[in-house]
Amino acid sequence: MKICIHNGLIINPKTKMEEVNDLWIEDGKVSFIGKQDEIADEVIDASGKWVVPGLIDLHVHFRAPGFEHKEDIESGARAAAKGGFTTVCCMPNTSPVIDNECVVEYIHSMARKANGVNVLPIGAVTKGQQGESLADIGKMKEHGICAVSEDGKTVMDSGLMKKAMSYMKPFNLVMMSHTEDRTLTGGAMNAGENAQLFGIKGIPREAEEIIVARDILLAKYTGCRLHLCHISTEGSLDIIRFAKAQGVEVTAETAPHYFTLDDSILGDYDTNKKMSPPLRTTKDVEAMKRALVDGTIDVIATDHAPHHYDEKNVEFEKAPFGIVGLETSFGVSFVQLYKTGLLSKMQLIEKMSTKPAEIINIDKGDLSVGKAADITIIDPEATYTVTKETFAGKSKNSPFIGMTLQGEVTHTLVAGKKVYEK
Amino acid sequence: MQSKQQFLNQKDLLGMRQLTPDEIWLILERAESMKSIVMGQREKSELLKGKTAVTLFYENSTRTRMAFTMAGTYLGAQVKDLGVASSSVQKGESLVDTGITLDRMGIDYMIMRHNQSGAAHLLAQNVAASVINAGDGANEHPTQALLDFYTIYEKKGGFKNLKVTIIGDIAHSRVARSDVFGLTKLGAKVTLAGPGTLTAKSMESLGCKVETDLKKAVKDADIVMALRIQMERQKGGLFPNLREYSQIYGIDEALFSYAKPDALLMHPAPVNRGVELMPELMDSSVSVIDQQVTNGVAVRMAILALLNERRVN
Repeated sequence: MKICIHNGLIINPKTKMEEVNDLWIEDGKVSFIGKQDEIADEVIDASGKWVVPGLIDLHVHFRAPGFEHKEDIESGARAAAKGGFTTVCCMPNTSPVIDNECVVEYIHSMARKANGVNVLPIGAVTKGQQGESLADIGKMKEHGICAVSEDGKTVMDSGLMKKAMSYMKPFNLVMMSHTEDRTLTGGAMNAGENAQLFGIKGIPREAEEIIVARDILLAKYTGCRLHLCHISTEGSLDIIRFAKAQGVEVTAETAPHYFTLDDSILGDYDTNKKMSPPLRTTKDVEAMKRALVDGTIDVIATDHAPHHYDEKNVEFEKAPFGIVGLETSFGVSFVQLYKTGLLSKMQLIEKMSTKPAEIINIDKGDLSVGKAADITIIDPEATYTVTKETFAGKSKNSPFIGMTLQGEVTHTLVAGKKVYEK
Repeated sequence: MQSKQQFLNQKDLLGMRQLTPDEIWLILERAESMKSIVMGQREKSELLKGKTAVTLFYENSTRTRMAFTMAGTYLGAQVKDLGVASSSVQKGESLVDTGITLDRMGIDYMIMRHNQSGAAHLLAQNVAASVINAGDGANEHPTQALLDFYTIYEKKGGFKNLKVTIIGDIAHSRVARSDVFGLTKLGAKVTLAGPGTLTAKSMESLGCKVETDLKKAVKDADIVMALRIQMERQKGGLFPNLREYSQIYGIDEALFSYAKPDALLMHPAPVNRGVELMPELMDSSVSVIDQQVTNGVAVRMAILALLNERRVN
């Protein structure tokens, strides 16, 4: 089976390639780039489109096992494919928690029954995410976890966190830290003027910044690689900049909503704008954009967090945190970062594919000959308005409904197999 | 007549944040004509004959619920209480489903108190009935604010440049918030004061002053309003104990003497006597706490009538 993606703008951040050409796929791998006298079994016309390494999302919640009414591996993989993602890393806050190799194997088996998108489990730091004793990190690594994270439950015991990072280091796993000091939370939106205005209990930015600082110090201490999840405040960015300048092995992600939306929009108590960490201020939004440009933020992740509409159609403070993001991530990033001239095409794709692959140390995010043909094709001219129908997963809890986006995914291929076509 | 409009802008009364100064004046002026019905000459009004209201209280209340019940009754409406504690809410029925159920019974007004900020907004989006917010979490208590304003208006004739000082558990007080939103719209100057854990400088973004020195806060005030210390907050360790609170932050005659000679003392009640307010001051002639109660009925009559007129027209 030979596929020719014809005449697209091939963007490969790994080799700094950006040229209009043909890209050939054979046996699920990139076999040739250029014109050749071969007959393709299938030709995909990519004229006027971008051909990029499949997008990689380091941070999704596929809710299985345990909360399949919100999302499962099959529906999550469908959402991923529609959003142009060929690899996603799913967080361990499931029931049971991903804290041993049996649950890891369950995720693998469900992923095999899905559309082919690579679903990589992330193992918990502690047993049952209880923050008491280490999860079976080594066994989980043998069975294919891509990283370790306590997800929404920060390990509050610094001694235990240090132990985990020391133990993980020989397995060459990255610690993905959800940074939230749980003794400072309890609110439902960013603490500040708008929380005052709307009468909602606030979550102070310091809750995030304290753990960002702590985990950076622990990374320096243990030598374990650290990846900071969904950074949302300007203060965190300053701390990360400082750490990077010191040579600490730390990377950071943010999500499209943190460089697009701010907390002034919560006056209608719409629970689809409630997530953790919360939307911050316009000043943080601007700082986030600068950090994407200067490289303080390495990666754009979604924190795709589906919730059933019944769970969201409740009182604001009672509603669960989280919004879906896979289907809108590229379009929002395109509009906010590329169209505004903040990032080049290459830089945008680097933050959504090449860099995430490097962080979890997988041989992806690269369109060089011989690499897996995980490929996303994007029509940079196409605009579309986000509606409930935009979402291919089970849940539609998005703050972007009603927004017009640009840069539409037209094809998603995993190992040369089409998993999505518009 | 201060108000330039005849009708309220929305089907619901959700908060002072949403009301315009004209709407506030419209309610205050109507309350004036309602007060005579409350006091003495009670010819039964038939203004709301055939209308139904339900009180839906997820939190306890004496004054607010009863004031709404009497307000509706004096205007000829049927007012029923859902009795949240004995309703299907206890079986886990959601707020939205509860609201839709009541809506389908043809109820005209839903008067709700709820422990979550924004709950009234959520209900209002899901029902055809007029929703009146009788307190939502730490957000707003607009009808309390309106009765406070009516009381001030009655005694002072207006709001321009009045100094209103609110003292106590500001951080958890929906009353303080509604008062600040409304009073600043009416041209008064509001000062908030209390312990550092129950006030925050950041509240100045709402358009008021925050003061930590109580004497400074009360100096030259036209109105001093005390707020209830919510005993349940004691568990959170936000101040050391009630003795310390009452001795440092309790309002007594000595503190009140810093206010203007004709200053008034207000409190949304219920009062923890001897905690936030000393009994001697509370029972003296400067207090208008009892009059606030009567005005609370008149103001709620005005709101019920105005929401009805908006529907009819």
